[in-house]
Amino acid sequence: MDYFFTEEQQMMREVAREIAEKRIRPVAAEYDESGEFPWPIVEAIAEADLFRVFIPEEYEGMDLGTPVTNMCIVTEELSKACGGIALAFAATGLGTMPLLVAASDEQKKRWLPRIAAGTLAAFALTEANAGSDAGSVQTRAVLDGDHWVINGTKQWITNGGEAEIYTVFCVTDPSKGARGVSTIVVEKGTPGFSFGKKEDKLGIRASATRELVFQDCRVPKENLLGRPGTGFINAMKTFDLSRPGVAAQAVGIAQGALDLAVKYSRERHQFGQPISGFQGLRWMLADMATKVEAARALVYAVARWIDSGQAKRTTTYSAMSKCFAADVAMEVTTNAVQIFGGYGYMKEYPIEKYMRDAKITQIYEGTNQIQRDEIGRGLIAAAAAGE
Amino acid sequence: MAIRVIEEKCNGCGLCTKNCPQMAIAVDNKKAIIDLEVCNYCGACAAACRFRAITIEVDKQAQEDLSQYRGVWVFGEQFRGKVAPVVLELVGAGRKLADARNTELAVVVLGSDLSAAARELSEYPVDKVYLYEAPELAHYDGERYSRVLGDLVRALKPEILLAGATTTGRSFMSQVAIKLYTGLTADCTGLEIGDDGLLYQTRPAYGGNIMATILCPYTRPQMATVRHKVFPLPPKRTNGKAPEVVHLNVKPQLHSSRSELLDFIEQVETTVNIVEADIIVSGGRGIQDPANFALIEALAKALGGAVGASRAAVDAGWIPYAHQVGQTGKTVCPKLYIACGISGAVQHLAGMSSSDTIIAINKDPDAPIFQVANFGFVGDCLEIVPLLTRKIEALRGRA
Amino acid sequence: MKICVCIKQVPATTEVKFDPETNTLVREGVDSQINPFDVYALEEAVRVKERLQKEGEEATVTVLTMGPPQAEQALREAISLGADDAVLLSDRAFRGADTWATSYALAQALRKLQPDLVFCGMQAIDGDTGQVGPGIAVHLDYAQATYVAKIEALDKRKITVRRLVEQGYEVCAVRLPVVMTVVKEINEPRTPSLRGKMNAKKARIPVWKAADIEAPEEKLGLQGSPTQVVKVFSPPHREGGEKWTGEPEELADKLASLLKELEVV
Repeated sequence: MDYFFTEEQQMMREVAREIAEKRIRPVAAEYDESGEFPWPIVEAIAEADLFRVFIPEEYEGMDLGTPVTNMCIVTEELSKACGGIALAFAATGLGTMPLLVAASDEQKKRWLPRIAAGTLAAFALTEANAGSDAGSVQTRAVLDGDHWVINGTKQWITNGGEAEIYTVFCVTDPSKGARGVSTIVVEKGTPGFSFGKKEDKLGIRASATRELVFQDCRVPKENLLGRPGTGFINAMKTFDLSRPGVAAQAVGIAQGALDLAVKYSRERHQFGQPISGFQGLRWMLADMATKVEAARALVYAVARWIDSGQAKRTTTYSAMSKCFAADVAMEVTTNAVQIFGGYGYMKEYPIEKYMRDAKITQIYEGTNQIQRDEIGRGLIAAAAAGE
Repeated sequence: MAIRVIEEKCNGCGLCTKNCPQMAIAVDNKKAIIDLEVCNYCGACAAACRFRAITIEVDKQAQEDLSQYRGVWVFGEQFRGKVAPVVLELVGAGRKLADARNTELAVVVLGSDLSAAARELSEYPVDKVYLYEAPELAHYDGERYSRVLGDLVRALKPEILLAGATTTGRSFMSQVAIKLYTGLTADCTGLEIGDDGLLYQTRPAYGGNIMATILCPYTRPQMATVRHKVFPLPPKRTNGKAPEVVHLNVKPQLHSSRSELLDFIEQVETTVNIVEADIIVSGGRGIQDPANFALIEALAKALGGAVGASRAAVDAGWIPYAHQVGQTGKTVCPKLYIACGISGAVQHLAGMSSSDTIIAINKDPDAPIFQVANFGFVGDCLEIVPLLTRKIEALRGRA
Repeated sequence: MKICVCIKQVPATTEVKFDPETNTLVREGVDSQINPFDVYALEEAVRVKERLQKEGEEATVTVLTMGPPQAEQALREAISLGADDAVLLSDRAFRGADTWATSYALAQALRKLQPDLVFCGMQAIDGDTGQVGPGIAVHLDYAQATYVAKIEALDKRKITVRRLVEQGYEVCAVRLPVVMTVVKEINEPRTPSLRGKMNAKKARIPVWKAADIEAPEEKLGLQGSPTQVVKVFSPPHREGGEKWTGEPEELADKLASLLKELEVV
């Protein structure tokens, strides 16, 4: 279906699709197995200018005013070939969003051109005791002269250890709860900043997930984004922008699996005919395709609406896109494995990986339960406001 | 230059339409119409027409008396004084052409210290061997070589000049043909003298999916490069006189070159040069792991063959590019090609489908490789190949 | 440094076949592409340019092709892959050119561009001749290096390259200006970049005709070609033979006896 992307957006899609097909697909299984970080592909993505698509032009980006839609287009295309490798890109987008949301012009000048050129970023909020309850972070930042001194541990940080630029959420005023959280940029190599072991995951195995450990880590005062205490709001605003990206990752994974399933159904013969000849199977494919298209339509509708600057109750819709697309991805990839039958269960075939990769989209950047909570709350709030 | 349909002769049969690679011909009202905007004058239609209703007129004639050109020459490519195997194959082909033209067959060798090469050549049915010996010519240098051979051709006027389609042959002959303003046909698989006395040169194009026969009617010599293994080695000379060996002097002004050889990194493995091998054992994606290439190598060694590979195996970094067979690698035609775990993409088939015998081992019974294989074995090559190697070694041991 | 790359637009697949039922020529997916070997040539040219620019030297890459008006598409694709500009040689007089006339026309165009380095692919996948690159060098009286697998060094006066030949690699230093043909081993081509695509869309590509390159018609196209195609036909069709299935041990036995029958063992 034609989503009437602009000419530039179509170019972004073509550029991403070529990387996905030529560079990612041939090596996706290898990286999935080794869990190695896909640096050669990240470099190719950078050389192709794709890290520029969510960064404004004045900071050497090429967002052309539609960063969220662009981000979704590229993430979807890359995810069709490998949801894990795509995450190196998408998580950099996520790590960059707090800068777009809250950074001063000077701060943007410092970091955005580097990210545009391919320096990876990461978003560091989650802690052992602050998952869905993101307001209860404990990593502490104390002002000491011209520096913030950070202590604490962040958990399961995507791009952790590989990224250079981290947007870290720290408590600067413990007396204020969630309103005492601030966003501070920490660069890799800062003394006192180290990484824990790399996590061994079910899916998205090409993506690096690590602990960030801060021990008396001193960063310049001017690395704090916005005003102190705005961290939690920054995080929520970031999620409003980034959740369609996760949704796009889910759509990409689902579409990738669907494409393989359709192809396989035409090649695999049983009872003297291709299995695509069986109505029961065609109906499965039909439901899968319909759901993928519905998810995609929702994702791009939400992304465009956010980019328009006119969006109201962004959280509700952004949550809808993420929640719906992630559920679709899980269902479609599971059914794709089913269509492959016994072969689908074997690692020798590419399809089971899609199912493993899909699962995370229901969990991260807010579990789908949290998303539903947000959507429900939004509905009630809107009704209460007489909207 | 003009292409024209002779309306009186055309009956609208449409053969030309079907043969036009440009899809430039339509038949309307029982006459062929050529779209001149699309036509690229390739001549396929004229060649296909049974009624000689399409003519391509080139306002062209020979600029000199072509009958002064006599004799068939073979470029005697040598490496470190040893004649390349393809040269001997060309001697066999050249002998037939020379006999058909009732003329002599000569081999021209450039190098330094060519006595061994001359001796080797004298065992074959050659009439003359021209030797250019100079230290500067020891190793191929396009600039020097093409000046030397260009001069010799101008002076002695051979009618036909053949060379192997090796990296050297292809580069070298291209330069000579441009200098002499004459035609060169690359990678010929068939050479014949027609009733008109011209050399009919047949070659594959479009990855071997189409064959074209090419002439060089107005200029001399008629030049062609020929692939390895297309022509059989000729029998050695049993009687008749030994070839006359002519030593030629290189004019000093031909010595200069803008290129300087700094180093030669020889690949010592005998399993590399796949184009010269009689037997090739090739591995593809089904090999799964670089370490498993040892299995392919072991079989190749047991059979005395070379190791080939599909593009998938080369792109995965399992084996160097020099081993790649196919459209973006080498074209081979060994006596026996054993494809192990190669699915047989068209690009691969383009490089090996003219092998005499093809054996394919592949897990997938529907793999396209089985459509060209004389003998197909449906199974896992990783299991079958080592078993086979052992059996062959046992057979050899017994012998 | 001025770098030129000669490319050819070829069918996206070489699967041109005769359909034996209808006796027609069938081209599956007649889309066109840049000849794959030329993509390696272009990539190498762009890498040389980028290296020189990093060292503070000026360098540009111009792509050149001879073909019908639609070959412009291949040139735009080349710009998306990092070339700066492009020239299309298109004239009815160029049609029907064999390798002599093709290399002549390209050389005449290059004479106007005055490059220091010319890159070509080692051959085109439709014609498979490998003759045009060396031909251009002779027409221009440039030095040449064919089958280049690696550039070892480059300065203003000479280039050192590693050539892939049958017996191994030859390392030679060649004086500029030079024409090189490259093999696949030389690099791994990039995919198009976003900025490249935008440049490609904006680029104005001049079309040069015979008169623009000061080429007399008798040296161009079919008229200028010493060779003529007199017959085009389908090669003998290869039929798949017998297929065996079974346990590995059985199959290996069968194979061993087959090789004995074929007198290989």
